[in-house]
Amino acid sequence: METTSIFVLLVSSIFVNNFVLSRFLGICPFLGVSKQVDTAIGMGMAVTFVMTLAGVITYLVQKFILVQFNIEYLQIVAFILVIASLVQFVEIVLQKISPTLYQALGVFLPLITTNCAVLGLALLNIDDNLNLIQTIFRSMGAAIGFALAIVLFAGIREKIELSDVPKPFKGFPIALVTASLMSIAFLGFQGLV
Amino acid sequence: MDIKNIFSAGLSLAGMGLVFGTGLAYASQKFAVKRDPKVEAVYDALPLVNCGGCGYPGCMQFAQAVVNGDAPATGCPVGGDETAEKIGEALGLEIETGEKFIARVKCKGDKEKCATKYEYFGLDSCISANMLESGPKACAFGCLGNGDCVDVCQFDAIHVNDLGIAVVDPEKCTACGKCIDICPKDLISLVPITQHVIVDCINEERGGHVKKNCDVACIACGICERACPFDAIHVENNIASIDYEKCTQCMICYEKCPTDAISADESRKQKAFIIEEKCIGCSLCKKRCPVDAISGEPKENHIVDKDKCIGCNECVEACPVDAIVMQDV
Repeated sequence: METTSIFVLLVSSIFVNNFVLSRFLGICPFLGVSKQVDTAIGMGMAVTFVMTLAGVITYLVQKFILVQFNIEYLQIVAFILVIASLVQFVEIVLQKISPTLYQALGVFLPLITTNCAVLGLALLNIDDNLNLIQTIFRSMGAAIGFALAIVLFAGIREKIELSDVPKPFKGFPIALVTASLMSIAFLGFQGLV
Repeated sequence: MDIKNIFSAGLSLAGMGLVFGTGLAYASQKFAVKRDPKVEAVYDALPLVNCGGCGYPGCMQFAQAVVNGDAPATGCPVGGDETAEKIGEALGLEIETGEKFIARVKCKGDKEKCATKYEYFGLDSCISANMLESGPKACAFGCLGNGDCVDVCQFDAIHVNDLGIAVVDPEKCTACGKCIDICPKDLISLVPITQHVIVDCINEERGGHVKKNCDVACIACGICERACPFDAIHVENNIASIDYEKCTQCMICYEKCPTDAISADESRKQKAFIIEEKCIGCSLCKKRCPVDAISGEPKENHIVDKDKCIGCNECVEACPVDAIVMQDV
């Protein structure tokens, strides 16, 4: 029972309720860092790390601090604090481990702080009354969903770069059209769970 | 109760901040990246305005590029020679400093000289005015004077004068290129700071209506091209343009231009003068003079005809004994 429900939760957050393509959260890095598969993978990993940890930590913060002291109204402030610290941590580590990836991600790395997918996930976890185990898998699923979407999208964009696109659609417009088509494609998962 | 709320809220957030802060401090120690001290030194030499005039996102990236050898030490248009020298000191390099450039708005067609098509009441922006039939000016190439360049200038170096033309202050301009990018008419370009003979028009049209639209437009008559003794000014695409490398700033084109489209600083007009004691009568200056202003027999003192002399500096360069000097008129 437990395993199936967790599996369902994972599938639902990766495919059915994909954060980017069906909830439309985190569009900024999705469009910004998806020109090359390599950087997209790096961004996907960074966001996955931040999202998973943020999901768990915000759950703990909500349960053991905010609820205990009756200050749930500070939810957003506290969550942003958690996310900002995590992003800062990722930035420091990444600069040490992979300077090239750090360069490639550029301004989008600190911008994970304001990535609404991360905050959205944290708030949705609380809204849906999940327990700790569910929260962990939901966060993981959502993060993997984001990484999957951005990597797939980057792959398509790399191919588009080489193809003959009508002039007015070159660059950003065709990327937006592609994103919308991908979103429609992901709509096909609806009803799976 | 209220006080307790405030305390619990404040304390819990402060506590969280403390925990995360300590964690980050530890991480930054553990994963500290050593910066190249050369980059720091170059960075310190820069003006740190992060204007992007060099083509890099900010001063830090430029410093990095200079150290890597991707960008020239003279690449900072804002700091100019001074900065280039400082960077050279920091890196132990010999820096060849180029000539300083400034931005120039190539239009003289102010309210009095250029006709208007209609009265513009829209947003106070050249870009939006330009969208309506290329703006209210009769000349489709002229300065609209709504001051987009003024807004974008970080150095307070460009202003719209009373007659509706943007003018660059040569002392403040740093040639960062922001006004050049924003101008919807592409009117602004960089010129050497010493250059004062400039075609102040970019009108590429030809024919009577050009003159009808604006009193000071270049009508592509080609008089300047024929008058120039140095092959430095050419009419291309119906607009005269000066080759600043060849131009000696003799101002002949400025004097001959029938529409006054070429600007020059008349106070800088000079004439050649031969110092008798030094002249050895070699005739080199006579041969070099493009306007036959120098006369004299070989081995005797030569004389410059002040009326003919255009002050081009050619004879000064030709003289082997430095007997010719330029004097203010």
